[in-house]
Amino acid sequence: MSSEIVTDPGDERVFHPAEEPHHPEGHSTPLGFWIYLMSDCLIFAILFATFGVLGTRYAGGPDPKELFDLPLVALNTAMLLISSITYGFAMLQMHEGNQKGTIKWLGITAAFGAAFLCIELYEFSHMIHEGAGPGRSAFLSAFFTLVGTHGLHVTFGLVWLAVLVVQVRKHGLTLANQRRINCLSLFWHFLDVIWIGVFTFVYLMGMI
Amino acid sequence: MSSTEHHGEHHDTHAAQFPHGTRRDYVTGFILSVILTVIPFATVMSGGLGTTRATAFLILGCAVVQMVVHMIFFLHMTPRQEGGWTLISLVFTLIVLIIAVAGTIWVMYHMDSNMMPGMAPAVPDTSQITP
Repeated sequence: MSSEIVTDPGDERVFHPAEEPHHPEGHSTPLGFWIYLMSDCLIFAILFATFGVLGTRYAGGPDPKELFDLPLVALNTAMLLISSITYGFAMLQMHEGNQKGTIKWLGITAAFGAAFLCIELYEFSHMIHEGAGPGRSAFLSAFFTLVGTHGLHVTFGLVWLAVLVVQVRKHGLTLANQRRINCLSLFWHFLDVIWIGVFTFVYLMGMI
Repeated sequence: MSSTEHHGEHHDTHAAQFPHGTRRDYVTGFILSVILTVIPFATVMSGGLGTTRATAFLILGCAVVQMVVHMIFFLHMTPRQEGGWTLISLVFTLIVLIIAVAGTIWVMYHMDSNMMPGMAPAVPDTSQITP
């Protein structure tokens, strides 16, 4: 409504707003990023559905009870859950404008995220070493696809974290950097929500 | 760089309209999540409840509650956020998700039991061992 049409009688007329209506930079990012997360959620929905169908097709191969090590999964879950709250502390430091504190908590989050990935990779390599690789049965194909996709997301989250730490160190807590930290916060907590589905449907349901 | 003037509908220039959480939110969410993670793990590791069905219901119940806890305390979702569009897109996604997951499992289960009775409980097949 506030757009002004420049009409200078002497000059040639202009029939469009001289300037785009002003929006604060990044004002649509929260909703846009949320919609991205929802579309990511649908990818996982399909992978969960696939696992639901193929999860009992062992093809004479090992079943979940022989393969899964629940204490290890519990440890993994703890790592991701702790990384969620440490990210929360990074957010609180950011709101206080404390750059050092933000970087410190982001670093701690990255450490727990990396620990999660290492445990998962250890689990995968252990399974493949035992002959239970993704090619062994439909159950294992679906398992590696679902859990692997989640792991890949965590990997990219870690890359993003590392880049953000460099950015914050270089430019400080600028508005753009605050926006990025907010987006990664949504992404990181979203991955934790997906992991709840993974440990429930894949690991725990497989063991009962 | 403080954002203490962030109130309700007020659109300030700080990092747009990302919802904020307090320390109390994060700690509450974390404690609830730990409880809701320990319950299913402890149940399954100690051999489960009387029936498989009861155990499954308990585990799934804990998962659903924990997801809601994460949404509220970590993702700071409120129905008012973005004029309700966040919630609407979430509800839409959940509907598609439930149709896709429940529909797939339902249809494939009936395909198995009605059309391929021989395949139902995987017959041990030693002819194709992949390295």
